Amino acid sequence: MKRVAVIVFPGSNCDADALLAARDAGADAYSVWHRDTALKGAEIVILPGGFSYGDYLRSGAIARFSPVMAAVTEHARAGGPVLGICNGFQILCEAGLLPGGLMRNARLRFLSRPAWVRVERTDTPFTGLYESGEILEVPIAHGDGRYVADERTAAELEAHGRVVWRYVRDNPNGSTNAIAGVCNAGRNVVGIMPHPERRTAALVGGQDGARIFHSMEAPHATQHAMDVRAVGDRHLRV
Amino acid sequence: MSAYRVEVRVMPRAALLDPQGQAVEHALHALGFEDVARVRVGKHLVLEVSAASRDEALARARAMCDRLLANPVTEDYDLAVDGEARR
Repeated sequence: MKRVAVIVFPGSNCDADALLAARDAGADAYSVWHRDTALKGAEIVILPGGFSYGDYLRSGAIARFSPVMAAVTEHARAGGPVLGICNGFQILCEAGLLPGGLMRNARLRFLSRPAWVRVERTDTPFTGLYESGEILEVPIAHGDGRYVADERTAAELEAHGRVVWRYVRDNPNGSTNAIAGVCNAGRNVVGIMPHPERRTAALVGGQDGARIFHSMEAPHATQHAMDVRAVGDRHLRV
Repeated sequence: MSAYRVEVRVMPRAALLDPQGQAVEHALHALGFEDVARVRVGKHLVLEVSAASRDEALARARAMCDRLLANPVTEDYDLAVDGEARR
């Protein structure tokens, strides 16, 4: 049972869903307020979605200076797994823990609808239970979701297999190379623009996102996805 | 110490798509302003900085831009102190 800290910023609104998703996957998950300076023994940190500080200045620009971010940065630099979802992804980019940045959707509209992503990499702490190439249906809900990186950075991400998820069928926000999520060079810091925590049960429309949280509990299962799908007596595919 | 008025102009990087600028440009064209092109939308911030000199105010404002006000990945900025433009 992993200790998972879900950071709550003023304006976070997906923290409860992230907490539940982690707990459903068997984690000992708890909230940590952005003013706290300690992660209370967290083995894994999740930065949830939302609109921290009202997205003022730039999405994530102010949250990245929250007191708790010093501890998150230290945890990340030491190799500890960190997952940023939506606004959490924006915060990780602003903090320099992930490359690139997130800008206004190419067609300007705030998008709240299902999207489809292909799992490009299973060698991260959050994708070990997926199969490479698997297509997931996960919702997006963002206005500033267009991932951008300069040509050199984008080429490096591609060359080193650091694009973790990529939009398929369409590219909803016009992101560079249809990127939906990336990881750092150490592969322990991962950002994803869609919301896997909103697809963890058939009741809410699907469970394609659930294995992101189950992967946290089974980090060594990368090569044996078929065997561990039933971890915790859960059948993750309908 | 004096108070210096610093104006910061933050613009999306030239190489990046600026959908806001495009939307404004289309609207201008629709209104009959066909003579407009390459519209870009950025941000304008006005600060009052206490400093011993104009140069110090400029240096402080630049530090603020590098740290918070602009994101070097997606934006460029320039500064003007008391109306005098400096790069």
